[in-house]
Amino acid sequence: MKEFTCIVCPRGCRLKIDDQLNVTGNSCPRGAQYAKDEVTNPKRMITSIMRVKNRENCVVSVKTSNSIPKGKIFEVMEEINKVSVNAPTHIGDIAIKNVLGLDADIVITKNVK
Amino acid sequence: MYDILVIGAGVTGAMISRRLSRYNLKVLLLEKENDVGNVVSNANSAIIHSGYDPLPNSLKAKMNVRGNAMFDQIADELDVHFNRCGSLTVATSDEQLKVLEDLVKRSEANKVPVKLLSEKEVKEMEPNISSEAKGALFAPTAGIIDPFNLVVHAVENACDNGVILKLDEAVVDIKDLKDHFVVKTTKGEYESKIVINAAGLYSDKIAEMIEPIDWKITPRKGEYFVLDHYQVGLVNHTIFPLPSAKGKGVLVSMTSSNNYIVGPSSEPIEDPDDASTDSYTLGEIRRQATELVPSIPFNQVIRVFSGVRPTCTRHDFVIEYAKSNKNFINVGGIESPGLVSSPAIAEYVVDELVSKLINLEEKKDYNPRVKKYNRLNEVSEEVRNKLIKENPDYGKIICSCEKVSLGEIEDLLSRSVPPRTVKAVKKRCRAGFGKCQGGFCSPMVTLLLAKHYGVSPTEIKWDKDHSEILVSEVKK
Amino acid sequence: MLTRDLVIIGGGSAGMAAAIEAKKNGIDDILILEKDSVLGGILNQCIHNGFGLTEFKEELTGPEYLSRFAKQVEELGIEYKLDSLVLNVTKDRIVTYSNAVDGVVTLQAKAIVFATGCYERGPGAIQLAGDRVAGIITAGTAQKYLNIHGFLAGKRIVILGSGDIGLIMARRMTLEGAKVLCVSEIMPYSNGLNRNIAQCLNDYNIPLYLSRSVLRVEGKGRVEKVVLAAVDEKMKFIPGTEMEFECDTLLLSVGLIPYVGLLSDIGTEMSSTRGAKVNDQLETTVPGVFACGNCLHVHDVVDFVTDEGRDAGRGAANYIKGLLKQTKKIKVNPGDGVGYVIPQYIETDLNNDITFKFRVRKPIQNVFVNFKSGDVLVHKVVKPVLIPSEMVMIKINKDKLANLPVDEITVSLEERK
Repeated sequence: MKEFTCIVCPRGCRLKIDDQLNVTGNSCPRGAQYAKDEVTNPKRMITSIMRVKNRENCVVSVKTSNSIPKGKIFEVMEEINKVSVNAPTHIGDIAIKNVLGLDADIVITKNVK
Repeated sequence: MYDILVIGAGVTGAMISRRLSRYNLKVLLLEKENDVGNVVSNANSAIIHSGYDPLPNSLKAKMNVRGNAMFDQIADELDVHFNRCGSLTVATSDEQLKVLEDLVKRSEANKVPVKLLSEKEVKEMEPNISSEAKGALFAPTAGIIDPFNLVVHAVENACDNGVILKLDEAVVDIKDLKDHFVVKTTKGEYESKIVINAAGLYSDKIAEMIEPIDWKITPRKGEYFVLDHYQVGLVNHTIFPLPSAKGKGVLVSMTSSNNYIVGPSSEPIEDPDDASTDSYTLGEIRRQATELVPSIPFNQVIRVFSGVRPTCTRHDFVIEYAKSNKNFINVGGIESPGLVSSPAIAEYVVDELVSKLINLEEKKDYNPRVKKYNRLNEVSEEVRNKLIKENPDYGKIICSCEKVSLGEIEDLLSRSVPPRTVKAVKKRCRAGFGKCQGGFCSPMVTLLLAKHYGVSPTEIKWDKDHSEILVSEVKK
Repeated sequence: MLTRDLVIIGGGSAGMAAAIEAKKNGIDDILILEKDSVLGGILNQCIHNGFGLTEFKEELTGPEYLSRFAKQVEELGIEYKLDSLVLNVTKDRIVTYSNAVDGVVTLQAKAIVFATGCYERGPGAIQLAGDRVAGIITAGTAQKYLNIHGFLAGKRIVILGSGDIGLIMARRMTLEGAKVLCVSEIMPYSNGLNRNIAQCLNDYNIPLYLSRSVLRVEGKGRVEKVVLAAVDEKMKFIPGTEMEFECDTLLLSVGLIPYVGLLSDIGTEMSSTRGAKVNDQLETTVPGVFACGNCLHVHDVVDFVTDEGRDAGRGAANYIKGLLKQTKKIKVNPGDGVGYVIPQYIETDLNNDITFKFRVRKPIQNVFVNFKSGDVLVHKVVKPVLIPSEMVMIKINKDKLANLPVDEITVSLEERK
């Protein structure tokens, strides 16, 4: 039996999951799925920033399009750190396609004029 | 070779330099900090005391009373906020009422106008005063001033009249070569015929560079609360308790910017650079202040700070020639009432002491006034619009708490004593002085300073050495 | 004098929602005044995800969330002015603002919505002890430096306060190469959302120390050391419990306060939230002046800010259309265990039901939330868990509020035996 806090919404349910992957304490199906993922293959979204080359003291926000394995967070950060972009940027622009082959893109989340 | 070298750009050195700048003299003003008025003058009660308190015939009494009388003109010429709000020294017992009568006698000896107020009169003038108040000594000539700009503008005016200011240079040695001095600093050496030591907390150390002295600075720390300025009418005057051996006690006052200040404590300290606060002392100030004004809204506190006073073992100001060489003048131990005394000290030092050493010939083009400041919150909407039309940056507000515009901050950068740090900006124009304490505007100010000085924002300091605000630029 | 039907002060999530809703309720002459150079307010720097689950049923980052409303503002043709700060507001709804293009402009509004957000408590507000040096910075300011401008405000960091921005910044700064040594919280419980403790602290092995606060900060120029100590129930430091951390930064996440200097200046009744008191239309005690979002009370979730903004926009539209006739005045009081309740007054019968929003004073389990008027229990709800960091919302049908014995309702907690 494992116990942890659900992170899929602000509610923060206290989830319990047993060895047969039976989940209790969740308030929604997404919580149950999160609990199962958390014991088999924990995943996280990452949000960060990339430098905007043609603007002074300016960065643009980015995110992973999908959750990536928790153990790969810092490796993905290194990839993000290598890339800079030019303004204007648009929400949804892909800055890095399929980062490290993890089936997630690094996507721009802000419109910088 | 300079005619006169002034050590220390606190209020004393600033006023002396300004006074000197009216004469045809080559004057150098040295300051160890990266801004003028950044130590003792930066952290005090900002009261222009009436002068009833110092012992009659002391230098403190003479300078205080004379200085107080000079302040209307000083504030006008230097374009500094000043308000003669008057002070009330409040008695809360019959015993204390008797002490007030002694203070009246002292006031008469010092030639300071005062009035004894009945319990009823005190409570009418100060509705929020403690119900224990039994009477008060009213000193109508007491006032409150903007201590930051008093120093900045005095130095600015001195520089505009020819004084040379060097910041970030601490004096490390002085050689007395009899016909002149060689003053060695952390950056270089300067020769000067006359040296004036106005080094505040370090005035004894500077004095000892040329001869042994019979006085010593024993620094005392004072901690304060600053309240936001939306609670109008908490007090209408500066409210003092009865003075004691430790000083004038914990006061409650409005400030020249309509904030409220509560403090100070008075504790002897070892390290003159110790400007820390501690919760025990602040609690004690709070206890004492609420005995005078019970309803102080401490949830409106926006800042706590402490200042260090250069208290002197002589229990009076030291303003005199050095024993071994008259061309070296010590101006030490300038603790309270130093701020109010500063123009009188400057007058005395220059007109009485310096005049006997060197010929004082008035400059023809001396201008006692600082260049005009555009303060948008103090002009009519019409004038404001005219100014914004000339410079649109006056329309863009950077500090939303105190409503300071980009244009006003840019103006500071073009003056003769421009701010180099975020705190120096704050002191001059109040950006970051409000309820959010720079939470919103400090990034903009930091980037603006970086751009102006052509450096990375990571080099911009909050205040003193090693006070950079940012540690690195990411992803560069 | 220039006139406007509705002036909205602040173009963040509350202000944009208010404008959109007022427009949808037939008000065309709207002006949003935004002090920043973009719409969206604080969401511009909240680049983390977790926004929009209620509004859009998906998880968005702050900038994505705000852009959806900014787009609506554009599409509905609602006028807004950027880099425009309101300098003054009067009781009679005269608004003065300043910007570089228009200069200083004074205009008469029929109604005003305050949506000015909140500000962070800083070292002065908590009377932080020790040396006053660089490296003491509020979490939101550090967030702006990092997420907008790309600068780190610290490399070795102690965080005081477990508010959500502090937790979010613990993760952000860790990802960008800083070392967060710990989070210290003076209360015996966290003030942030549980999920932020999980995903911002636990994921990165950052310890959270409860019932501990900063005894003093030490440093010359910049922070060099932070000393924490445990506190007892009366928040007094316990000698001998000191923990020293060599660090360069103390990040503060010690509370948010509604940013409403202009409102308190015009004499509205103020609440213990430090925002204005409002009625069921989110109108303050000054007629025609409304407040919503974090300048009314600090929210935990932005979706609820948006919702409250809509309520204020609808209220302002009702006021402009002359529909706000006071029918009665019921006073709403916080009772046992409740910090505050919004609205503070119920004055109209325009809403079919009233949503009461409140926060509890301390964590509590298995309670009834009682709505009492005099001796009469008007409404009762069971709650398994309530925590101070979470805003509670309970909706009551207006019929239940129709025949109260006294013109007062008290919201209180009662433990279930």
